[in-house]
Amino acid sequence: MPVTLPDKQARIAGVTPTDVFLGGWLALVVSRWLLPTCTPCGAAAIAHAGLFRMERLNALVLCVIFAAAVLWYIAHARRGGTIYIRPLPGLSAVDEAVGRATEMGRPVVFIPGTGDLDEIQTIAGLSVLGRVARVTARYATPLRVPVLYPLPMAAARETVREAYLDEGVEYVDPETVQYVAGESFSYAARVGGMMLRERPAAVIYMGQFTAESLLIAEVGQSTGAIQIAGTAAPDQMPFFIAACDYTLIGEELYAASAYLSGDPKMLGSLKGQDVIKILLAAAVVIGVLSVTLGWGSAWLMAAFEAK
Amino acid sequence: MKTRLPVVVAFVSGALMILSFFGRGPLVDSASEVALTWQTIVGGFSLLLGAVSIVRVHWRRVATRERDRFYSLSLLVCFVVMAGSGVFFGIERGTVFERLFNTIQSPMMSTMFSLLAFFIASAAYRAFRARSVTSAILLLTALVVMLGRIPMGQLIYSQLPAWADWVMSIPSMAVQRGILIGAALGAASMSLRLILGIERTYLGRG
Repeated sequence: MPVTLPDKQARIAGVTPTDVFLGGWLALVVSRWLLPTCTPCGAAAIAHAGLFRMERLNALVLCVIFAAAVLWYIAHARRGGTIYIRPLPGLSAVDEAVGRATEMGRPVVFIPGTGDLDEIQTIAGLSVLGRVARVTARYATPLRVPVLYPLPMAAARETVREAYLDEGVEYVDPETVQYVAGESFSYAARVGGMMLRERPAAVIYMGQFTAESLLIAEVGQSTGAIQIAGTAAPDQMPFFIAACDYTLIGEELYAASAYLSGDPKMLGSLKGQDVIKILLAAAVVIGVLSVTLGWGSAWLMAAFEAK
Repeated sequence: MKTRLPVVVAFVSGALMILSFFGRGPLVDSASEVALTWQTIVGGFSLLLGAVSIVRVHWRRVATRERDRFYSLSLLVCFVVMAGSGVFFGIERGTVFERLFNTIQSPMMSTMFSLLAFFIASAAYRAFRARSVTSAILLLTALVVMLGRIPMGQLIYSQLPAWADWVMSIPSMAVQRGILIGAALGAASMSLRLILGIERTYLGRG
């Protein structure tokens, strides 16, 4: 049976046609029965104003190019193409840190940032947590995951439970993932106290951090733990670089889950992202040259203007 | 189903947000508004989840007479007093809750924030040790920036504030922008992986 284009695209992306069907059905339910404002009058208004925000056409074009590059490299990886990702010492040190904790009989502390679940850095942190939980379950090393908000707590608990199950270990300890406080300085006080009492052998920070980052990282440093940090918050990076043994900077945090899983589809997406980075660097060079040489840069600024 | 449902929810929510960014009209606006309202409601209910978790963990410590049970007991007492005063007597100006917040919690938070100065000093001491050429350059640059930001710096050399401004607005800004562009692309790539269900490691799989 020939594969239709939408089916093929969905399979390339890792989403089955059933997922797309379920998603479409759910969207239809939301729009048809749960939205009281969707009246024929509303439809007339749509027709009048136009469904698409033309002022955001440049963003759409960039998004399409970006998505195309990422999907192309994912397909390339699925076809068995080789994908080289430069080594990230911080991530290679995760196994070493857990091994050290196992030898010393001390816990590993994982801090998935101080952002809520609507923050993409928190999701990136939870992705790394899955790997760390799997390794700690394998070696029966105690794991502590103090969380600032309830939603990441529920997500982190599920992540750890699934990772433990994959290793054939039952998740029973309620202290493994625990909600600590709803305010960042209370959280820093609680986590600092916990680190001083339990003396962890390894502390891993992955996610979004604000002013409390150094308060926690310096206490961790004073306990002599191996510290690995990853954040995309530029203001907090210097603190982590000063207090931690390894620091993942910006995009390396988002690449961590792909790097650790070794899944060709995820590694392919990193390659696609690199291609776009090269295109953006070229645009920066062209912009600098056009301004310096007086060619005029209005067209380039219009192409990248956010509206 | 346990793995597929979160992926489908992520796909629908992500697609809805993309549609609301590029599209217009009552259908798109209402759909994204409903999604954001749901997010707020789920967030509100999740507080209950957090409260139950914190009480369960600390109550168990007190009940099993663990070594640090007195910390847990003080937390439970404070939790009951703060929550009870807020629920039964309100949180308006002049209430017990407001007084407890202003006289106990707020000063404690300020104290924690103030401790940052000492931690910065200890971290700077380690980071600014001139052990190699690059760390010596870092030390010199930090000295220029720190001296350029205080009145004494201008007394030492009148051009120091201008040098500090140059360091912050040219090399430092260039590096920050480079990191931000990389991070934004990384976030976009990860969002795409989440929406398309390629990234499932946050579910504990992969």
